Amino acid sequence: MLVYTGKRLVLALLVAFTISVLSFSLLFLAGDPAAAIAGETATDQEIERIRTMFGFDRPIWLQYLEWVGRAIQGDFGRSYYFGMPVTELILSRIPVTLTLAGSAMAFALILGIPMGVIAALYPNSIIDRVALTIAVCGQALPSFWFALMLIVLFGFMIPILPPSGSESWQHFIMPTVVLGYYATPSLMRLTRTGMLEVLSADYIRTARAKGLFPRTVLFKHALRNAVIPVVSVAAVEFGFMLGGSIVIETVFALHGTGYLAWESIRRADFPTVQALILVFSLFYVVLTFVSDLLNAWLDPRIRVA
Amino acid sequence: MSRILEVENLRVDIPLESGTLHAVRDISFHVDKGETLCIVGESGCGKSLTSLALMGLLPTKAIRTANRLTLGGRDLGTLNETQMADIRGSRMAMIFQEPMTSLNPAYTIGNQLAEAMLRHRKVNPNEARERAIYLLEKVGITAAASRLGQYPHQLSGGLRQRVMIAMALMCGPDLILADEPTTALDVTIQAQILHLLANLQKEFEMGLVLITHDLGIVARVAHRVAVMYAGQIVEEGTVEDIFRRPMHPYTQGLLRCIPIPGKTARGAHLGSIPGMVPSLIGDLKGCAFANRCPHAFSDCNTTDVALREASGGQRYRCLLSQEAAEQNAREAATA
Repeated sequence: MLVYTGKRLVLALLVAFTISVLSFSLLFLAGDPAAAIAGETATDQEIERIRTMFGFDRPIWLQYLEWVGRAIQGDFGRSYYFGMPVTELILSRIPVTLTLAGSAMAFALILGIPMGVIAALYPNSIIDRVALTIAVCGQALPSFWFALMLIVLFGFMIPILPPSGSESWQHFIMPTVVLGYYATPSLMRLTRTGMLEVLSADYIRTARAKGLFPRTVLFKHALRNAVIPVVSVAAVEFGFMLGGSIVIETVFALHGTGYLAWESIRRADFPTVQALILVFSLFYVVLTFVSDLLNAWLDPRIRVA
Repeated sequence: MSRILEVENLRVDIPLESGTLHAVRDISFHVDKGETLCIVGESGCGKSLTSLALMGLLPTKAIRTANRLTLGGRDLGTLNETQMADIRGSRMAMIFQEPMTSLNPAYTIGNQLAEAMLRHRKVNPNEARERAIYLLEKVGITAAASRLGQYPHQLSGGLRQRVMIAMALMCGPDLILADEPTTALDVTIQAQILHLLANLQKEFEMGLVLITHDLGIVARVAHRVAVMYAGQIVEEGTVEDIFRRPMHPYTQGLLRCIPIPGKTARGAHLGSIPGMVPSLIGDLKGCAFANRCPHAFSDCNTTDVALREASGGQRYRCLLSQEAAEQNAREAATA
């Protein structure tokens, strides 16, 4: 297990390094950064002055090393638009996104896994059909439309929930439902498929032959093996949510990182975009690492690999 | 001798779209304390379903009926699922064919051994652990205590089947059902596992129902033999009677398929039984073996054949008289 963890960690660090190179080079792929900052009406001299001021005229590798060196210390420079340190800016937005993603993931798991289990226990029954319908709707409904419908319904027609903002926990209910519902179908279908496969396994028959209680057979012997693929997918979904759902955060006026990313791209606020890409990617790296460890804990056969 | 298992007219019917499949058709047998009954037959003759029916582990759509189904005098036919679960793994345990897939990959050997005992007996985890170590040593596993923390994928097939046997013994059952426990194993391991099973059965005075298609195994470990064909028992008797004087043409055919070292000539044809097993869907008239039987006559296709008793207690399902059957047995032995 220790060797396995070490290998995964090295892999994660390599991925993180690659991402840092990519997100740094974005600045230059998008065109001349000096010209972008100077604006359309700037003269060549002004652009040249900005180039030397920001250090864009120096070798790229040197700029990269400086950037990484500062980034490791938590310094991503100043936002061109807000004029404040990027780190401070992102940190102020993260709690909103974390709350939303965490609650949406919890919502998706609490809804998806039990529904998948029940659907697998009674395949092709009415319960299975209902679960399938919910899944299809979840995948087919555009989330902005679903969000607007919820706002109309519970924000205005039956005004029991605040339609926008992020001041209290009530503000997070509707965004959680919309974002979580979007992730539910894949988790549910995976759980169902996994359960169906596992329930016909020989070791389930062995467990029943031991006279174990049905709940022991189901939760101890079946579910643990069935959720192994679900964990990996849930990690990716969670990464997606942490990246901030731009649509959801915009519709509900939640000022999280997704909304910030959208604003910064529009304003060509390069330091902020760079930092956000790095942060989002690192979320994925960390989540993949955690889900690898989780899978190894669930399935001892992985630990030797 | 005390009866452990009594089965009378056990039937297993499986409704299919094309009709009802009569997989097990009115079979009756019994097992005494310390006795090994071998159920022999080819694939699809209903022998595995018979064992699953006894355990109450049939697929949900299969229907089990029996005039009598008792374990140690207790009627299993009237028990509900919860009461049946109380008996499974406690009074009656099963060993399966596939040791590679019959253990849960996610839990340690120790965990899977202990759980049956923790479920059925009032013991603490430590006592269950002690019992697991004791039984792992009994089934010939070295360094038993350290094995408890291992996972199934760390063990070979032979070791896993030993673990399965130890698992079946955890609660000290009266009856063990073993469904082709050695089929998936190497030949050298097969013999070891069989000896082990036979020794343990003697030591713990259990009843053992051993399901197999391997007559070599039967000759070595059985006390009594039931030969199954097309969902029925076609012959039943002591192992000596069955091998020395097989009365049913199917048994005679089966025995002819085994080469005997020193007796069967090199290059000689091995016996085989021509023809196919009849479909068991719908009603079956007459003797199920008639279409493959070298001694069949017109009545065989129209008359339902009952088991008849030969002198010595051997029972066989055939229209031929004892004299005619014995004559055929002698000819089969010299052929």
